[in-house]
Amino acid sequence: MSKTYEYVPEPALVKGNHNFNSITELITDINIRPTPKLWYVAFGFANLLLLALLGSIGYLIWEGTGIWGLNAPVGWGWAIINFVWWVGIGHAGTLISAILFLFRQNWRTAINRFAEAMTIFAVMCAGIFPAIHVGRIWVIYWVFPIPNQMAMWPNFNSPLLWDVFAVSTYFTVSLLFWYVGLVPDLATVRDRIKSKVGKVLYGTFALGWRGSNRHWWNYEKSYMILAGLATPLVLSVHTIVSFDFAVSIIPGWHTTIFPPYFVAGAVFSGFAMVLTLMIVCRKIYGLEDIMTDDHIEKMNIIILVTGTMVGFAYLMEFFIAWYSGVEYEKAIFILRATGPYAWAYWIMITCNVLSPQFFWSKKLRRNVAFTFIISIVVNIGMWFERFVITVTSLSTDFLPSSWGYYSPTFWDVITYVGTFGLFFTFFLLFLRFLPMVAVAELKAVLPQADPHNYDEETGEYKEPEVTVPEPTTTQESA
Amino acid sequence: MSQQITNNNLYGVLAEFKTPKELMDAARLVNQNGYRHYDTFSPYPIHGMDRAMSLKKSKLGWIVLSHGLLGFSGALAMIYWMMVVDYPLNISGKTLMNVPAWIPVTFELTVLLSAFGAVFGMFFLNGLPKLNHPLFNSENFKKVTDDGFFVCIESEDPQFESEKVQKLLQDAGAATIEEIYED
Repeated sequence: MSKTYEYVPEPALVKGNHNFNSITELITDINIRPTPKLWYVAFGFANLLLLALLGSIGYLIWEGTGIWGLNAPVGWGWAIINFVWWVGIGHAGTLISAILFLFRQNWRTAINRFAEAMTIFAVMCAGIFPAIHVGRIWVIYWVFPIPNQMAMWPNFNSPLLWDVFAVSTYFTVSLLFWYVGLVPDLATVRDRIKSKVGKVLYGTFALGWRGSNRHWWNYEKSYMILAGLATPLVLSVHTIVSFDFAVSIIPGWHTTIFPPYFVAGAVFSGFAMVLTLMIVCRKIYGLEDIMTDDHIEKMNIIILVTGTMVGFAYLMEFFIAWYSGVEYEKAIFILRATGPYAWAYWIMITCNVLSPQFFWSKKLRRNVAFTFIISIVVNIGMWFERFVITVTSLSTDFLPSSWGYYSPTFWDVITYVGTFGLFFTFFLLFLRFLPMVAVAELKAVLPQADPHNYDEETGEYKEPEVTVPEPTTTQESA
Repeated sequence: MSQQITNNNLYGVLAEFKTPKELMDAARLVNQNGYRHYDTFSPYPIHGMDRAMSLKKSKLGWIVLSHGLLGFSGALAMIYWMMVVDYPLNISGKTLMNVPAWIPVTFELTVLLSAFGAVFGMFFLNGLPKLNHPLFNSENFKKVTDDGFFVCIESEDPQFESEKVQKLLQDAGAATIEEIYED
């Protein structure tokens, strides 16, 4: 058998004929221009949802968790589902900014700022749920090791306490990482904005950044170390979130596959969310040159890979349940697929395992409208995954006499919908006031950023020469 | 005599270059001429500039390492004191020093402290925040965050002589040259 391999050069990361100045203008003008009307409409709508969230939280504190649909076997309902779902959404941001950075995936520069912002706001939404579900929210500070008048400490053997440290560390580090990346771009806005208030505000947050190469030298080192720290951190956070389940003895939860399976699911849903937001924003703000179809394709490949990993994990759960020989373990998995929550289970399978398989086709993964639909389908599917895990295991555990059926109330739904208000309020503020693409990083991946791409004699920029090796033919004996 | 006074207020000579290649060549030239108090400025980090300027390795790694070790040992010491010494709780007869269960919190605090070291250490090494700087007096310097490439040789340098420096930068192919004063 003989095969011919051809070398295909990588497509340019930025389309259009951009130079440094046009990149600066394209992105920072969004912050400098007057606010568009459509933004006010969207912001008003997001604020209404945010008010609904605040109202439902207020009522919850006043009345107690009885307003939710929790019952005797199912003591954990939408609160934990939403928490895990939102934290999972957040993971794509850190993955793009940290793991893809360490892998030298330069295409990340177009979307990392955007995705990191999403991470921070998603983690904020997530953090609300464990805080409010405790019942007596005014003593939530007991989870922190603060010396108090009772001279007692939180229990460090409890996975719920690990969550407190994991999520708050994750939030803090993501915020720092995001801010470090923002400093040079805030300086760009500072130098371009005309209004006095803007100058003072952007100037303060830019900390007097002046692009010194002695500074860049430390800056890049710091950025790399942060990426190196954020990589194990992002994996650890969802691992610890999965410990909330896996460290218990409930059938269907007590499995060692949970940590990697949760992380894969988190990346899966996170990339879907980045795509949902990105496809809308690049259209509204005309950023198709920067967030190109190649980006969408690459992200779709990641969705395909992680979606298939999640599908593999579902199969593996069944296999291990059978292989373990534990009656309860076997029963719960059969019940998931055939029992009272079979509807949720099959929604989950359809959305998470089947829908990403379309992306094997190159045509479909470059189709923007189709990607948009799948990205929403994936997020619905991942919400149902957390629903299936949480509710089926709790509602049908060891004793049939204690089984029960769980359904949410109006307040469950409104609290969840309200978190979108919180998310979009912050996200719209981000789009309006901060550069939504990492300007400095994007400039660094333009071909003219490399001093080697200039002519020795004239100093003029010349297109980088791509050395295309001769198509090689290898002989393989079959 | 007035010449003397202005010289005292002189911060340095700022030259603008058009491309990253010209900036890199200029930096190499300035470095080879034995200047030490100078800096180059660009809208993004130029790779290879550290060698052209012969910058020393960043000390940041050591700052991060020390913070990480502090986080690690601090977390272990905190949990040990709380769970074993100050408030021992017998949970199903398990050992008080339940180290495997302490790993998640210890890990998180190690990462948290290291990240503080990486971010605040970087700002500390860079001398930021510094909202006011003589270079901001130059209107032209605003381009540095857009598409400008600059070299500044500071008057602090023992070899500094305004005319000589301007000549050097002129030879390096600077587009504009200006003197920067501290006001």
